[in-house]
Amino acid sequence: MALEIRDLHVAVDGKEILKGVSLNVERGSTHALMGPNGSGKSTLSYTLMGHPKYLITQGDALIDGVSLLEMTPDQRARAGLFLAMQYPVAISGVSLYSFLHAATSAVRGFGDRSARPARGRFNAHLMPMREFRKEVNGKLDLLEMDPVFLRRYLNEGFSGGEKKRAEILQMALLKPKFSVLDETDSGLDIDALRIVSKGINALQDELNMGLLVITHYQRILNYIHPDVVHIFVDGRVVKTGDAKLAEILEEQGYEWVRQELALGD
Amino acid sequence: MSVNQDKLRDIKEQDRYDFRTEIDYVHRSRRGIGVDVVHEISALKGEPQWMLDFRLKALDIFLEMPMPEWGVDLGALDFEEFYYFMRATDTKKRTWEEVPDAIKDTFDKLGIPEAERKYLAGVETQMDSEAVYSSLKEEWESQGILFVDMDTAVREHPELVQAHISTVVPIRDNKFAALNSAFWSGGSFVYVPKGVNVEIPLQAYFRINAQSLGQFERTIIIADEGSNVHYIEGCTAPQYAEAALHTGVIEIFVRKGAHARYTTIQNWSRNVYNLVTQRAVVDEDGLMEWVDGNLGSGVTMKYPAVILKGARARGMILSIAFAGDDQHYDAGAKAIHLAPDTNSIITSKSISKGNGRSGFRGLVHVARGAERAQSKVVCDALLLDPESRSDTYPYIDVSEDNSKIEHEATVSKISEDQLFYLMSRGLTEEQASAIIINGFLEPFVKELPMEYAVELNRLIQLQMEGSVG
Ligand SMILES: Nc1ncnc2c1ncn2[C@@H]1O[C@H](COP(=O)(O)OP(=O)(O)O)[C@@H](O)[C@H]1O
Ligand SMILES: [Mg+2]
Repeated sequence: MALEIRDLHVAVDGKEILKGVSLNVERGSTHALMGPNGSGKSTLSYTLMGHPKYLITQGDALIDGVSLLEMTPDQRARAGLFLAMQYPVAISGVSLYSFLHAATSAVRGFGDRSARPARGRFNAHLMPMREFRKEVNGKLDLLEMDPVFLRRYLNEGFSGGEKKRAEILQMALLKPKFSVLDETDSGLDIDALRIVSKGINALQDELNMGLLVITHYQRILNYIHPDVVHIFVDGRVVKTGDAKLAEILEEQGYEWVRQELALGD
Repeated sequence: MSVNQDKLRDIKEQDRYDFRTEIDYVHRSRRGIGVDVVHEISALKGEPQWMLDFRLKALDIFLEMPMPEWGVDLGALDFEEFYYFMRATDTKKRTWEEVPDAIKDTFDKLGIPEAERKYLAGVETQMDSEAVYSSLKEEWESQGILFVDMDTAVREHPELVQAHISTVVPIRDNKFAALNSAFWSGGSFVYVPKGVNVEIPLQAYFRINAQSLGQFERTIIIADEGSNVHYIEGCTAPQYAEAALHTGVIEIFVRKGAHARYTTIQNWSRNVYNLVTQRAVVDEDGLMEWVDGNLGSGVTMKYPAVILKGARARGMILSIAFAGDDQHYDAGAKAIHLAPDTNSIITSKSISKGNGRSGFRGLVHVARGAERAQSKVVCDALLLDPESRSDTYPYIDVSEDNSKIEHEATVSKISEDQLFYLMSRGLTEEQASAIIINGFLEPFVKELPMEYAVELNRLIQLQMEGSVG
């Protein structure tokens, strides 16, 4: 039971960005992926989720042994993969509430049961309102979010921190098996980081979720303790170790890694 | 364009045509236009001489006026092909079995209750909501509100009808207004007395024997000083039209300090030419709001207008159009500022899918003397496919220097990143597109009564699936 990435090569607009990435994230475990800006971390996360812009030229990615490559993003979501995005897009006119309702219903199979509404009922493809409402309220509490938030349009005018919280709220409702958190810490102040991390940890316990935490600071790892730390430079994992690796990196910076690599060559 | 016309003809000649010929009528005029037809209609309705004269004069004007040569292609429109008056028998109604499967199927998808389906399909001429209507009617009457069909108004309130008909939309305004004036049948007459606030929206289909959804509806609404009224015409469910030509004329009078809103959602079957003239005149401190949704029909020409006649009069025109495959809208809005400190806001949202085409004409006219007039026109178009089209034509004509006119137009496509974002949350591409579109239309939808909003969202999803009959 794992999210497996095997020798993944990815190109964007004809330029190779990922140059052979391999990772194996077991359910229930936490991996941190740390790398400098522009090293290809977001490219990896978008590719895993199936953004059409990213072209896989070699390798594979699998969830519980099943390849993701032929799946559309929604199929990947329904297979249990979640991506908390670094830059979530805004969708005007769509309330966070109605979006969450639709997405939760889709991932939990309400959409499959009846694509067409049943006789006389408009929203047979949606999870019953009351049940959903109750669950949302629980998750809002967990993340210490104000319910008025639900009435706002999806990510429109959200502060950086609000966007990140909304991403984790989505994760909480979609209940994935594996989550990729792409710089969820950026934009969160120290209190918010603590609250959100606590929420992520609780969800990981509840769902036995495998986590791939992408970051370029060690900060979030004080709250979400990684089992494995990978250092990612120029489209490759260049070093793998335990939590101590993150601390060394924090002290010495990426220059240290680059020097080590140069020595190793 | 020729694709469009051919398609219309095809639809007409297929099941819909056969279907039409199976029905029995007590009265049906001969096919085509003529003085004899006008006489026949007027006689069948038992109209007074003045109304017959009005019709005959309109027929003359219609015959002498040229076809409009702009907007949509009406080349395939042959006036001689249509029936101009039909009245179904009371005893032998169209049976449910006779309703085309495509229409039944759409009702199914929409989850329309049984009773309503029969009504919408023309199987029944009145709704089961008769009881509801009666109690409302009593309340309206106790407040002095008149809400009757136009035939009744001509019979019972001739002086009111005579004083208002064709004063906002002159017979000669356009060829279709003249056609309507000669052959009108159905439509509503509403009078709201001074200071009366009509709490529940007046809905055309509440009316008993509602023939208002007919092909040549003629509606007059008078909101007297300080009154408040919301009138709703049509409905989101697909309406099966007998005849393929629909030309309505709607005239609204908003007196001093009054507020009127007219909401219409038109979803005629695709075989319909929908050519409507709707216009309101607004006295001082009055407010007129047009909320206009267009989803159906094959070819539409429609330009709701406000004439801001009194000082500080305001007008709002909010419209959406969803042009699916083979549909062509030439819609728009007009604001005519005749008095100082008048204000208009025109918001248009259009969506074009497949080879659907939507055009928007926004006309703002500020007459001499309309000092400090303000107008804001916003047109947003969303194109769903590479071959979809949208055109905006602003016409601005200002005779006062100190007026303030703003015009904004945007054309957008559904972005790949938005689609990806929603799909990454488990929504199919179709669902994701529908959500983005609903968001685009939200400024319109939030102005609708709840039940209409729900139906509209659902309907748009069906449009997206390309499965609306
Ligand atoms: N959609 C894209 N179009 C063009 N170039 C891209 C795109 N996404 C990423 N890149 C390029 O790929 C490289 C890696 O970017 P990214 O994956 O965002 O890095 P990181 O998340 O590690 O900061 C950068 O050079 C960036 O400019
Ligand atoms: Mg990044």
